Amino acid sequence: MEQMATAPAPRAAPPSSQREEDVFLTLTVAGQGCAVPVLLVRDVLGPQAITRIPLAPPEIAGSLNLRGRIVTAVDLRLRLGLPPRETATAPMSVVVEQAGELYSLQVDQVGEVVPLPASGFEPNPPTLDPFWREVSRGVHRQEDRLVIALEIDRVLAIG
Amino acid sequence: MDDLLADFLTEAHEGLTALDSALLRLERTPDDQPTLSEVFRLVHTIKGTCGFLGLSRLEAVAHAAENVLGRYRDGSLPVTEAGISLILSSLDRIKAIVAGLEATGAEPAGDDAPLIEALNAAAEGRIAAAPAPEAPASPMDVAAEAPPVPQPVAAAPSPDAPPAESAGGIAAPQTIRVAVEVLEDLMTLVSELVLTRNQLLQLARGHHSDAFAVPLQRLSHITSDLQEGVMKTRMQPIGNAWAKLPRLVRDLSHELGKKIELDMRGAQTELDRQVLELIRDPLTHMVRNSGDHGLETPEQRRAAGKPETGRVLLNAYHEGGHIIIEVGDDGRGLPVERIRAKALANGLATEAELAQMNEREVLRFIFAPGFSTAQQVTSVSGRGVGMDVVKTNIEKIGGTVELASKEGRGTTFTIKIPLTLAIVSALIVEAGGERFALPQIGVVELVSVAGTRPDGAQDGAPHIERIKDAPVLRLRDRLLPLVSLAGLLRLPAPASEAEGFVAVMQVGGQAFGIILDRVFDTEEIVVKPVAPILRHVTMFSGNTILGDGSVIMILDPNGIGRAAGVGADAPTEDARRAVTAAQGLRSNASASLLLFRAGDETPKAVPLGLVARLEDIPVERIEMSGATPVVQYRGALMPLIPVSPGWMRPEGAARQAVLVFTENDRAMGLMVDEILDVIDERLDIQPGSGRAGFIGSAVISGRVTEVLDTAWWLSQAGEDWFRTARPATGRGAHPRLLMVEDSAFFRHLVVPALSAAGYEVMAVDGPAAALRLREEGHVFDAVVSDIEMPEMDGIAFAKAVRAGGAWEAMPLIALSSRAEPADVARGRDAGFTDYVAKYDREALLQSLQDCLSAPLAA
Repeated sequence: MEQMATAPAPRAAPPSSQREEDVFLTLTVAGQGCAVPVLLVRDVLGPQAITRIPLAPPEIAGSLNLRGRIVTAVDLRLRLGLPPRETATAPMSVVVEQAGELYSLQVDQVGEVVPLPASGFEPNPPTLDPFWREVSRGVHRQEDRLVIALEIDRVLAIG
Repeated sequence: MDDLLADFLTEAHEGLTALDSALLRLERTPDDQPTLSEVFRLVHTIKGTCGFLGLSRLEAVAHAAENVLGRYRDGSLPVTEAGISLILSSLDRIKAIVAGLEATGAEPAGDDAPLIEALNAAAEGRIAAAPAPEAPASPMDVAAEAPPVPQPVAAAPSPDAPPAESAGGIAAPQTIRVAVEVLEDLMTLVSELVLTRNQLLQLARGHHSDAFAVPLQRLSHITSDLQEGVMKTRMQPIGNAWAKLPRLVRDLSHELGKKIELDMRGAQTELDRQVLELIRDPLTHMVRNSGDHGLETPEQRRAAGKPETGRVLLNAYHEGGHIIIEVGDDGRGLPVERIRAKALANGLATEAELAQMNEREVLRFIFAPGFSTAQQVTSVSGRGVGMDVVKTNIEKIGGTVELASKEGRGTTFTIKIPLTLAIVSALIVEAGGERFALPQIGVVELVSVAGTRPDGAQDGAPHIERIKDAPVLRLRDRLLPLVSLAGLLRLPAPASEAEGFVAVMQVGGQAFGIILDRVFDTEEIVVKPVAPILRHVTMFSGNTILGDGSVIMILDPNGIGRAAGVGADAPTEDARRAVTAAQGLRSNASASLLLFRAGDETPKAVPLGLVARLEDIPVERIEMSGATPVVQYRGALMPLIPVSPGWMRPEGAARQAVLVFTENDRAMGLMVDEILDVIDERLDIQPGSGRAGFIGSAVISGRVTEVLDTAWWLSQAGEDWFRTARPATGRGAHPRLLMVEDSAFFRHLVVPALSAAGYEVMAVDGPAAALRLREEGHVFDAVVSDIEMPEMDGIAFAKAVRAGGAWEAMPLIALSSRAEPADVARGRDAGFTDYVAKYDREALLQSLQDCLSAPLAA
């Protein structure tokens, strides 16, 4: 198993005022910056052998084996209504846990673990796609780009 | 030692320990509803169980304590310290009795009257001082404030017990209680070990090193044994949880004065030990409820026209990675209106909300805490504790409980519990380029097949044939419907169907085949449930990790059967009738069949008796009358109907083969491509694809053959054509005939012929059904009956008809393959008007005409 890193550790100890739930893992999906709460992340993996699941919703990419546990892979591009990935590029897996089950979010790139303080969040702009408004907790302003904090429960509410 | 008693003691200890701490908690926070409910439930359970074990002292004390707790729970009595002390002292009394029970196997003697008196007084609001503990019986200090002294575990008998006492006492079984997590971890480790072993074996197959072979084999065996052992620690037949129930039901029926029969099915269904323990109590509650609330008294049952003995049915089976347990009764059903009223009275819903609810939703109120519709509180049930506990316990293990009820007909609860853990043996198969695991349970055999040959040639290997688009396989002269796994899963079909496999499945009562591209191997797999977001894909029962580390989906034969429409659980009445009809179509009588070809390659057959003539008509004689091809035939125009759609006039000086059907002076022709043969063969018709114009298909001379539905084709020739051909009976309306014939084949043969002749025909499969029609007041102009029939033959039937009733004077025509003069005489003696050989179509029509015109002439 080509394993990149286990639960990437925060680069530096965050300031003591920083609450743990404000720490996010950033990732890129079709050029869009996203972030998931680092507390939910169990693993970050390189390209994996994925078993397709017939009859499953299209955004379910399949399932994979993570050290003896079966992980359901969700293609985040398709889930978020973004164009499908070119076949040449292999996706990364961000494994998150929800209600005792493991899910792998298939993303293009994994960024870094960063604190996103609540003060930096803007509410979702009303012009945002209604589905995105549902899966987004809010938009975080960074110097060079905007990052959408994903509501994992909503992202995984498939079918 | 009595198993029942041992179980009770183990439970009682657990219950009492839990009670102690709960009561102390309650004393600190007297208004805590959940704690109060928990205490009440625990006492209720103890009381319920000991009632059935005949432990009268325990029951009396527990009942009195429960009364007090019930009032606390309802809020009609404030929780006081004195009250709690009283409850605690009754708990101590219960413990003392339990200790005595454990030592001697019987309740110790003693007088509980003062304690019960005090409890009753408390229940009525008069608080009395806690009576002094019964000195000899209680080894415990009555100290409400002190933490409870832990009870010795039932499984570990006190070593210093006097030998005399242990001789008469209970030899506790040598067991230890192990935390379920330990077993769970063990199971996970063993699963991993199994997978690693499989991986090793797979590797070893590639090398030919003897040095590893022996230890590897040994490792493999030990792993299998270990796996089996660990499985055994967790799996138990559900019958273990049912062992007490017959006794419980027996006692219940005595106590309530009802006759109850307990029907237990699927007792061998294995399930996880933990699950088993957790459903034991709910099941007991439910069976008790069925007996107490569900079933009526013998008098009521008699009045409702039901047998006096009520039935409680317990049924367990595996289905798609779940265990289904049904608890049903054939009693009065749930009173929807009363539940509605009670829900309103208890404030569970407003009138407006109730008005919005359907019956099903209303019924679910019985799962609410404190809900009971029993008019009286008996010692058995009626306190409204049961269903609440049932639901809580079942949901705790991730299960669901559904109920279906029909007033006057009974109630059935269906519990569905996930089978979270199981190792099964599975075939690893491939379809549409993906691998799947097919559990071997349900696979009857594996057939290697050749694909569909374009030239229709046959060699030794069986091959898949198609009727229209439906694939079928001839398997030992049986037609097996097939489903393509790739098609079902919407995977790309392989480029050529050159060869493959068919897994013959038996699901419920139905057999069908699954078309697979490849079959690899069998492997032991650990069934893991699929992620919740995939639960709706019913084709899979779970997933697993194979020896090579890849994830694979496990197919659910039930789901596949359902999706393919061949599964066992399409239990609609219609489907069941269709199945019986299919069985009825078997006939031992052989018939002359005309085989021909039309359109596609599949041969077609029609009973020769229906065909008047075979003609070979020069194509140039076929003319068009509007859109219909016609031919001048014996001085009249005969319409020609092509069997294959899209008929084109053949080119050149070809000839057209035509099957001619005639009626009086009319005729119609069926155009076919080629007449193949006339053979005598037994027909075994399987109802087919529902394709118009064909009754179904059968194996004839070793080939799948479609059997023509003559009536349908006759109607294609135009309704007018037959209406004028109707025999002139002078009655205006169609004469109504009843056909009594056990062989569906003959029904199919004769009914279309009679309908074509202008009769309105109803067919039944035996005299019993015919006589039922008579009772129901159906009127016919004549009856055509077979003689040789099971149960009641035609002779007895004729006698029954002639013996009196509405049909006494009706014409009766016998239709029999035995038409010797002696048979005919016997038939006439029995009351048959006429006797016709089977199957002389002209004679039958003539006979009918004679019979029906006779009354007019008279």
